[in-house]
Amino acid sequence: MRARIASALGLAGVVVAAAAATAWFVTAPGGVSAEVAAAVSEPGDPEAGKNVFYIAGCESCHMSPGQKDPLRLGGGLELKTPFGSFYPPNISPDPVDGIGAWRAADLANALMAGVSPKGEHLYPAFPYPSYRRMSIMDVRDLFAFLHTTPPISGRAPSNSLKFPFSIRRAVGFWKLLYMPKIDQSLAVDPTDEEALGRYLVNGPGHCAECHSPRDLFGGISASRRLTGGPLPDGKGKAPNITAEGLKDWSEDDVETALSTGFTPSGDVLGSAMTAVVRSLKEVPEPDLAAIAHYLKTYKPGAP
Amino acid sequence: MRKLSVFVAMFVLSASAALALSGAEAINQRRELMKADGAATKSVVAMLQGKVPFDLATVQKSLNTYVNAMSKEPALFPPDSKTGDTNALPVIWDDDNMADLNARFKKLGDDATAALATIKDEASFKATMPGVLKNCGACHEKYEAKRS
Repeated sequence: MRARIASALGLAGVVVAAAAATAWFVTAPGGVSAEVAAAVSEPGDPEAGKNVFYIAGCESCHMSPGQKDPLRLGGGLELKTPFGSFYPPNISPDPVDGIGAWRAADLANALMAGVSPKGEHLYPAFPYPSYRRMSIMDVRDLFAFLHTTPPISGRAPSNSLKFPFSIRRAVGFWKLLYMPKIDQSLAVDPTDEEALGRYLVNGPGHCAECHSPRDLFGGISASRRLTGGPLPDGKGKAPNITAEGLKDWSEDDVETALSTGFTPSGDVLGSAMTAVVRSLKEVPEPDLAAIAHYLKTYKPGAP
Repeated sequence: MRKLSVFVAMFVLSASAALALSGAEAINQRRELMKADGAATKSVVAMLQGKVPFDLATVQKSLNTYVNAMSKEPALFPPDSKTGDTNALPVIWDDDNMADLNARFKKLGDDATAALATIKDEASFKATMPGVLKNCGACHEKYEAKRS
């Protein structure tokens, strides 16, 4: 009898250990492929990277708080969310506190795989499920551009998250559920307005991150993508920006709103969108036209 | 005597109710002013984009709309207008923010008044107007959140 209990306990132990090992295995942070890592390591064009920077609005989260220079990227702005407070890191080229010592592949791993140079998961408050769709050339050019900004010393405070969100490894499960499974392309064809718009909206522009409802575990609801969602800070809503939501707007109205910040009624885009418009003022007209074209024709459920 | 004091009390109550703006009414008036600001802005934005020809009278009308609205706004945020059918964020009623909000109203009013003197032709319009319009986003970024 005693032997039987012992062996049952032993078996249970083996099952638990196997489950734990499986959990550990499936949540292992994985970076981009060797091919992608090699391709992003080619020299980039900082001028083109500046455009990528402003399409993504990197400075909205990463610029040093309490000052107005968008290129002082010391990080540290507090982002209050239901999961706790995130503090976006220093992405200036400072070799100690920023990304000065990173290789281009490190940036590709962060943007396209949500993995840090130390091999840990990054939290998806950094919208890498969108950035995963970025082209290799855009990542390469962005890397070159970030190196033209001034190095800023000092690190952002550590995130202050509620349990269980504080378990970084668990982000691996989240990625299994929500990380899009797609291959990176080298570049997007700038003459194909539809493709360019889809790319800018869903990739670097990361519009869906605020403009979509999320499910129980905080993943974007694919069938209701871009139909509007609660703002991460809990103050108000980001509106529906699909063809349905924008039915009273012309394509030109959408482009005007993105470039000037004013809607067809003369209302101003407020709240978190004000900072987005500030970034988009630096973006060339054809890119904004492509975004407007894509949104005006987008029906959720389509890719 | 007792009748008289009741009468006086009722009189005082109704008089003060007439003076103080109800929260709902304040929200309503804010909305009307903002609607007028929006219409004023719509026409100058179209002009800035070159979609309609420059017209000095229209520009001045828009600027005067801002001046008028900004002179009235500070009185339209009584404490009981914090909740209700409004996109105004409750942080407005924190002491520091109320002072900041009123300073922003004053700044747009002052900038619009200055622009009335500065803008004489299309060139001065294109040089001056964007600076005036910048005030809109600065305030709506901090103090407004759309609910739907």
